[in-house]
Amino acid sequence: MTGLLGKKIGMTSIFDEQGIVIPCTIIEAGPCFVTQIKTKETDGYEAVQIGFEDKKARLVTKPLIGHFNRSGVTPKRLVKEFNGFDISNIKLGDEIKVEAIFSAGDSVSVTGKSKGRGFQGVVKRHHFGGGSKTHGQSDRVRAPGSIGGSSYPSRVFKGQRMAGRMGNTQTTVQNLTVVKIISESNLLLIKGCVPGHINAYVEIHKKLK
Amino acid sequence: MDKIKLVEATQIKTNIPQFKPGDTINVHVRVIEGEKERIQQFQGVVLAQRGSGMGATFTVRKVSDGVGVERIFPIHSPRIAKIEIMKEGRVRRAKLYYLRKLAAKQIRQKTSA
Repeated sequence: MTGLLGKKIGMTSIFDEQGIVIPCTIIEAGPCFVTQIKTKETDGYEAVQIGFEDKKARLVTKPLIGHFNRSGVTPKRLVKEFNGFDISNIKLGDEIKVEAIFSAGDSVSVTGKSKGRGFQGVVKRHHFGGGSKTHGQSDRVRAPGSIGGSSYPSRVFKGQRMAGRMGNTQTTVQNLTVVKIISESNLLLIKGCVPGHINAYVEIHKKLK
Repeated sequence: MDKIKLVEATQIKTNIPQFKPGDTINVHVRVIEGEKERIQQFQGVVLAQRGSGMGATFTVRKVSDGVGVERIFPIHSPRIAKIEIMKEGRVRRAKLYYLRKLAAKQIRQKTSA
């Protein structure tokens, strides 16, 4: 899948030709640079590694500086591999622009880190129903209920859904539509919402037809 | 935030007349019927304005054949061809939802100076 790296800017809404409101997420996608090309001969598979957003050189480790120097690209904060590019016409250090990959109407999937929710109970974390508010109940409204029988199985099964840390995990949203591309400022407008907070890094993958 | 404004700038309207809750306005709405497009007018009292940027909307209420009709328009919608201010009102609330319960005469009294 070809794709790009980007940064979530925020949400807004725009009107289509009929005047219908489309809720949109703005993603600053690129400029991305090719930092490494993996080939069948050297690596056993074909892929293109791209980097996004500059990082201060003094914060980069020496091995990574060497890696970036090889492609002639300034050190990047985010580096990922994509395996759908046509390797024959890509060179090290090439800039990949939004309009070269995406066009309006494309179906994409967006991967990012979801917002951290902290320690949450089962009602919010696993959509449990909770207990009854009435019928003489007390303290049972958001409780998980029984987690295992006392005589059988007389233990708690592995993977039992319980309260705990929620969010801040890699999340992918599929089948989103590209609404518009503003190539001068590398902006990509995608219908609907994408994982993560504002300024979060995201991967945008183009869906195979 | 600047990049959000950059996206909105292509569609945001700058020539909207300044109206406020209590004013009587006439909204010219583009109606698309099949291939034809015509203008429909909706005249009434502005009950409320809310939101900012592209999401801003306003509510207009009129009484049609004894039935109250309210429409909520996005301010920057391309379907709105024109907004005319028919009468300026003088009210002491930002949201005039209480007008729904009043008779026509009382509404006149409440929204006039």
